Amino acid sequence: MSASTDKTVTLPAEPPLVTGNLGFHDITQLVSYHTEKRPPSVWYMTMAVSSTLLCVLMLMIAYLVWNGVGVWGNNNPVGWGWPIVNFVFWVGIGHAGTLISAILFLFRQQWRTAINRSAEAMTLFAVICALLFPTIHVGRVWVIYWTLPLPNQMEMWPQFKSPLLWDVFAVSVYFMVSLIFWYVGLVPDLATLRDRARNAFRRRILGFFSLGWTGANRHWRNYEKTYLLLAALATPLVLSVHSVVSFDFAVSIIPGWHTTIFPPYFVAGAIFSGFAMVMTLLILARKIYGIQNIITMDHLEKMAIIILLTGTMVGFAYITEFFIAWYSQVEYEQYAFLNRATGPYAWAYWTMMSCNLLFPQFFWIKRLRRSIPFLFLTSIIVNIGMWFERFVITVTSLHRDFLPSSWDYFNPTIVDILTFAGSFGLFMTLFLIFLRYLPMVAMAEVKMVLPQSDPHYYDKHESEHEAN
Amino acid sequence: MLNKLIQGVKATMGIYEAREDGVYGLLAEFPNPGVLIAAARKVHASGYRHFDTHSPFPIHGMDRAMGLGQSKIGYITILGSVTGLGLATWLQWWTSAVDYPLNISGKPFFAIEPSIPIMFELTVLFSALFAVGGMLALNGLPRPYNPLFYSREFTRASDDGFFLHVAASDSNFDLDATEALLKEAGAKAVEVIHDHGYSELHTT
Repeated sequence: MSASTDKTVTLPAEPPLVTGNLGFHDITQLVSYHTEKRPPSVWYMTMAVSSTLLCVLMLMIAYLVWNGVGVWGNNNPVGWGWPIVNFVFWVGIGHAGTLISAILFLFRQQWRTAINRSAEAMTLFAVICALLFPTIHVGRVWVIYWTLPLPNQMEMWPQFKSPLLWDVFAVSVYFMVSLIFWYVGLVPDLATLRDRARNAFRRRILGFFSLGWTGANRHWRNYEKTYLLLAALATPLVLSVHSVVSFDFAVSIIPGWHTTIFPPYFVAGAIFSGFAMVMTLLILARKIYGIQNIITMDHLEKMAIIILLTGTMVGFAYITEFFIAWYSQVEYEQYAFLNRATGPYAWAYWTMMSCNLLFPQFFWIKRLRRSIPFLFLTSIIVNIGMWFERFVITVTSLHRDFLPSSWDYFNPTIVDILTFAGSFGLFMTLFLIFLRYLPMVAMAEVKMVLPQSDPHYYDKHESEHEAN
Repeated sequence: MLNKLIQGVKATMGIYEAREDGVYGLLAEFPNPGVLIAAARKVHASGYRHFDTHSPFPIHGMDRAMGLGQSKIGYITILGSVTGLGLATWLQWWTSAVDYPLNISGKPFFAIEPSIPIMFELTVLFSALFAVGGMLALNGLPRPYNPLFYSREFTRASDDGFFLHVAASDSNFDLDATEALLKEAGAKAVEVIHDHGYSELHTT
């Protein structure tokens, strides 16, 4: 690339998506470089903590499988405790990745290119954590394959009328489609890494996974169409996944669960928590890896606006639920909600309310939307709030059922707590491995949003390359 | 006859036959996407069909410049959608109404309403698998061996290089004439690619 063609990054009206006058090669260098050198020492320190937590998770799972689900706090009347709370929490986090990669792609939001790769990776790892919890919650993990329609000696089939089975299909299809989507996006970037590789072993491995990609236009033609179709398929899919998760609750007849508002409200909450997690991870990653010119302040601000929007939607849903409970005139429904706000779990309810509805309202102020420490703090608070939302929904509706003699207060055990903490170890370990070995920014896509990628860009600079 | 057909199909994937003497084609490097697109237009207008451009990202308008039509992926994907939907419907109907009917609180053995989530999920899954499988098939990937990899310069096709490759299998191909055309279109350098071996700068 000659010097005159890869400089000057200014768009007339909108601010540039990539700052710092980067050319094509600068982008390749800035992103690929991190997969080729020793990671920074912060990486090792985080990895030490995460892999320790991962070991804790393994131990807890082994302990659970050996002893049975009695080691958790789940009991009558709260039969669904932390495992389901954690499942919904993790699967919700995954949603932001698909929103960024698919929905923003369909809406031609070009700023997504800088963050979609890492957000999609986060989706995959969050869904792995999510799939873990229902799997170990079934009690007899060794017969988990009964949830799949496999011919067997009992001649039994799964119950297709059950929302729990819909969940098995929804979450595993979501995982597979997200994985395919992510991998298709990775292929051109893996080819970039392959072409830069110095040692033969690395070149072979990358050569295998990049499928012999050469950037041929005949290939790009089919590739781009496929990517568009995958985005169009993933868009309804991501909306369906959390809807199906909410059916686990909404299709039952428990007061506080049996409401039609659940699917849209769960989806909004999922996007809300997912964006918060993307923000937590990217604020750290862009700083540690020095890619502030690719993931710019403007990207963070746009994410803050989405957090504000979805947080307000979630808050609106909380208030609507209250209104509908009153309006329904169903005594049980009314009690379930009054009990949430004033009963023994009022502390959890008001934690949820303040973290999810009130705290994001600070994002109306532009200065706070552009303050890194504040963004970081909010992203953590939002995720705490969203965990409590699932806790409130699951536990408060169950702990006081129709028979007051069985009312009880739910307490988690140490195994509950360590398993949840351990799931963060699994998530972070996978994310750190991703940062170490794969390009964390979609290079081909970022190059495409540079003004130099437009063939007409050179019409204006005709005289310049005649000089070359 | 059949061989010819296979070669024609492979050519649509960008896999070409080398000439008798082992020449695979000419690889020209261009300074930027603007010149590359003009060159592709010119090469296509001169009657070449076995050629392709290589760039680190898709270039807007290149399909038209190369004279390529719409991608066929959409048709393959809808085939997947129909397969998925059909499979999900059949699976739920056959398992719960035919093979082992179970009475669950008097509900019908099979009804559309509770079957929708699974129908939807499997439709999406099969569409996605067919889309990606179809993309790989139409592109002739994975293709671990490609004579273009012999060119040292070509590693930049995934970084910041813009290349045009004219295959020796094209009926208009002629080492000197084709090279002259590429040079005229603004190529910085033109290399001859040999199958099973090496690439060299062509000097006329």
